[in-house]
Amino acid sequence: MNAGTQRGEVKIELGRRYRFAASHRLHNPTLSEEDNTRLYGKCNNPYGHGHNYVLEVLVSGEVDPATGMIANLTDLDGFVERAVLDPFDHKSLNEDVAAFYDTVPTTENLCVEIFKRLKSFPKANLERVRIQETSNNSFEYAGDNPEGFER
Amino acid sequence: MVLLTRKIEFAASHLYNNPDFSPEENRRVFGKCNNPHGHGHNYTLEVTVAGEPDPVTGMVLDLKDLKEILEREVMQRMDHRFLNYEVPELAGKIPTCENIAHIIWNLLEPQIKQGKLHRVRLYETPDLFADCYRNGAGGAKLS
Repeated sequence: MNAGTQRGEVKIELGRRYRFAASHRLHNPTLSEEDNTRLYGKCNNPYGHGHNYVLEVLVSGEVDPATGMIANLTDLDGFVERAVLDPFDHKSLNEDVAAFYDTVPTTENLCVEIFKRLKSFPKANLERVRIQETSNNSFEYAGDNPEGFER
Repeated sequence: MVLLTRKIEFAASHLYNNPDFSPEENRRVFGKCNNPHGHGHNYTLEVTVAGEPDPVTGMVLDLKDLKEILEREVMQRMDHRFLNYEVPELAGKIPTCENIAHIIWNLLEPQIKQGKLHRVRLYETPDLFADCYRNGAGGAKLS
């Protein structure tokens, strides 16, 4: 849609950043050792390596006139803590997170897994998640939200 | 379409208190943000304008014009102010990041004459921000 046509209501999203440190190894057991090395390079080194991940969570909803808030940060922080930070921080994604026993823990797949875990946040609508794997790499996922990337 | 973003920073104080709540309820809902004498933040504001570059100037809009609008509408109103008491647009509202971003959107949107205001992002801290835009504004991918 072109700007200036049918511009809708003003919408507000709340964004919050969290940090966790975890290790991973990119390896697909259905491929040969050579193919794994060729495909994943250093990320295929046998004992894995780690990152300081930055997770950005964006939620939307009505701003409650009584509180001025889309969601109380205490609720959002607690939910993210339980759903993502506790199970992921200082863990091996491959070995400690069941979702990655059979799925390569690329940050693309990590986005999808974290989105799934946060989708049920009861106090606001999850719009999208963005993960910085390093300061040079970031990934975003908005589920089936058709407007999730329209920002 | 091209997006252009300008960033400014301002410092302000605020507190969260709803006079319809009891003191206990204010404390429970707002926590430390309810401390009676307020507290402050260094806010960072990112203002994004969408448009086609003018074929003569190569600009979506003149950054000097945007800078002047931000100075007049945001800096002079909010910088080194107590938001609850000194910004009339926030009277009767809790000055959360969501509400301040919305107020700033309302102040800026009619002032942008070249291009369209696309997004206002207000950081209260590096880890907390609110985004404001028109639903379905579209035209640009990712943030």
